[in-house]
Amino acid sequence: MTSAVGSERTTTGKRLSRFGQQHPNIKLGGLLTGPVLWLVLAYIGSLAALLIAAFWRVDGFTTKLVRNWNLGNFREMARTTVYRTITFRTIGVAFAVTVICMMIAVPMAFTMAKIMKPNRRRLAVVAVLMPLWSSYLVKSYAWRIIFIQGGVLEWAGLPSPGFGLTATVILLSYLWLPYMILPIYAGFERLPNSLLEASADLGGKTGRTFRSVILPMIKPSLIAGSIFTFSLTMGDYIAVGIVGGKSQFLGNTIYAKFGTANNLPLAAALSTIPVVAMVIYLMSVRRTGALENL
Amino acid sequence: MFLSRRARATLRAFTSVGFAVLYIPLIVVLVASFNISNTFTWPPKALSTQWWGRVLRWPGWTLKIWNAIKIEALRESLLTSLKIALFATILALLLGSLAAFAVHRYSFFGRTTLSLLVVLPIALPGIVTGLALNQAFRRLGLDLGVTTVVVAHATFCIVIVYNNLIARLKRMQPSLEEASSDLGATGMQTFRYVTFPLIRSALLAGALLSFALSFDEIVVTTFTSGASTQTLPQWIFSNLSRPKQAPVVNVVGVIVIVLSIVPVYFAQRLTDQEPGAAGR
Repeated sequence: MTSAVGSERTTTGKRLSRFGQQHPNIKLGGLLTGPVLWLVLAYIGSLAALLIAAFWRVDGFTTKLVRNWNLGNFREMARTTVYRTITFRTIGVAFAVTVICMMIAVPMAFTMAKIMKPNRRRLAVVAVLMPLWSSYLVKSYAWRIIFIQGGVLEWAGLPSPGFGLTATVILLSYLWLPYMILPIYAGFERLPNSLLEASADLGGKTGRTFRSVILPMIKPSLIAGSIFTFSLTMGDYIAVGIVGGKSQFLGNTIYAKFGTANNLPLAAALSTIPVVAMVIYLMSVRRTGALENL
Repeated sequence: MFLSRRARATLRAFTSVGFAVLYIPLIVVLVASFNISNTFTWPPKALSTQWWGRVLRWPGWTLKIWNAIKIEALRESLLTSLKIALFATILALLLGSLAAFAVHRYSFFGRTTLSLLVVLPIALPGIVTGLALNQAFRRLGLDLGVTTVVVAHATFCIVIVYNNLIARLKRMQPSLEEASSDLGATGMQTFRYVTFPLIRSALLAGALLSFALSFDEIVVTTFTSGASTQTLPQWIFSNLSRPKQAPVVNVVGVIVIVLSIVPVYFAQRLTDQEPGAAGR
């Protein structure tokens, strides 16, 4: 195939590409070395080191790290009710935020992809992207103005939930909503209209079409969106700090243990909770093809 | 289609309300930035541009638009954020496209693990990534600063480039590249004249998104930046806790929101002219 080229003047590029064709393994190695080294050494290595630190402890008197293996932190986590409450609260909020985002995002994305006219559709996508690109802190702060006593909600004559758990769920749902809308919208765009028409022709009512045609087709998108909403909620400590009042979550507990209490081992041990939860979730959804939709 | 007129109207109404809710907080910030009072009051008793005057000034008829920002720390942090986002994006482009080509073109041991590995930095909560990298940097004896933040941001930006590119590569017809080598092109020439033009917009879209992600990131940044480096989100965060500075933060917030139109516009232009879209 390439023999015709051989008679010409051989340049470095040609020599290189022929070398690549003859040694596909070396070419693959060239492609893989950088990313794999980066992700495995820099990232997985750091995560492993953090996991190891979870088995250390801090000396109560000297406040120095004691590097001998013990399960003290995990025992403390299991024994102390506060940590259990915080864990369940965080996972519960992550779950609630995910469900709320889905319930809002599915009808919105459907309307955008299937009901709006193409030129309005483009505008709608921009309208979803805009809040996504504007500062996360500024948006959180805006909700503080909305929830605060004498703030926007009260001015509008609506009851404000005040700072606390409800405010946190609302703010987090608001913040991550675009992350849910975009993959679902992409999923609806890939869903051919003919399928919906076929379902209707075969006598499928709206509910049936939704359950048997739409839902299975957008499942990877829903999972992709939920990975964002779930993981972002589990680690958040800033939005919680802005509208959460005194509520404790995993994110701000880890932050406090590391920052104020200077107890790295306990912070590391607490970090294993979201890591284990996310890894289990990722492994279980890997086959659905959701990870490519992120 | 299968929806009644009423169902369509309901969906449209729902969507309009959804969009309204998405924009209400942004409008609140805009209004608050013109609030005359420096303590919080809603609705504002009177409007004034005094807070805008605290942040911005007329730079004069020069090209140094930079001078329009009065507050030096703000200018510095904005510059730092732009620098970090730029370098993190370049690194992510490089590593993400290498990984995407490897996974798309070859089958090798650990291929599925690699595609999970790429996703991990964005799927794990930022606080975990931040804490892990913070400890790693410290134990390696590295000084926390711009470089460490770039490394951290690049790590979670790889997946953005990777996913954008691999989606494009999957849709590309292999016959185009085959035709190119049948016509005598070397691998380099095929890449330059056939492959690259086809993947260019996917790379740009990935780059824009990872730039935005890095520019707005604060959690991982807090853990990897050290005391001497301050990014724009960090500047905003530190000023949020000072009550007197709140109106100034509102002004900066509005500026950031308005500036975000630029990348969104370009991202949209890219998806409109996506190659292959017409052929489907």
